[in-house]
Amino acid sequence: MKIDVVVDTKGMACPMPIVKAKKALDGLASGQVMEVLSTDKGSVNDFRAWVKQTNHELLGHEEDNGVYKFYVKKI
Amino acid sequence: MADQSTIVLFSGDLDKAIAAFIIANGAAAYDHEVTIFFTFWGLNVLRKDEAVKTDKGLLEKAFGWMMPRGAKKLGLSKMNFGGLGPQMIKQVMKKHNALSLPQLIELAQEQGVKLVACTMTMDLLGLKQEELIDGLEYAGVAAYLGDASNGKVNLFI
Repeated sequence: MKIDVVVDTKGMACPMPIVKAKKALDGLASGQVMEVLSTDKGSVNDFRAWVKQTNHELLGHEEDNGVYKFYVKKI
Repeated sequence: MADQSTIVLFSGDLDKAIAAFIIANGAAAYDHEVTIFFTFWGLNVLRKDEAVKTDKGLLEKAFGWMMPRGAKKLGLSKMNFGGLGPQMIKQVMKKHNALSLPQLIELAQEQGVKLVACTMTMDLLGLKQEELIDGLEYAGVAAYLGDASNGKVNLFI
């Protein structure tokens, strides 16, 4: 998978992960993919809801040692 | 048209103001048009830190002295302990990398959140425009309802 931008929000508290992610997504073209890193335990539910409501696509997410990774495709 | 969210911030408590601004910033990240309408004690969140010389009566001046001057001076709704509580919560927030209230306000303005001061309660509390931070709009209940009528999320805090 080709990642067009990586947004590192590790250590940041709510609401910064989605605020940073939104800013980065605004700079992408349709079809491009953003990877977001977060250590916020609420971020799995946050990203699911946010991607759904803003009509983008969550390609997947994984957790590695307390770091969550989200792959979001801009529609 | 973008979805809309509105919050009435009636409270001048630090914890409630933080909650309001976190929700507002989250909603802005949802691409919503966001309005926060500040009324009664909530107006104190918008006061400038420094004393501003204004021309007003004794009663209004007394209100000005008794109310907290700005986002850095607010008390907690619970466990205020005469001002010790806010110091403790600010420490804890720093430890958890949570944004402070002044930072949340700045972020909200940067994200285009519309901050509206209620002019009627400004008159009641004797607060003048020059005592409040820059970048505000000034309006009444009709303007708020205009936004809230289109709102998907409307909260009173």
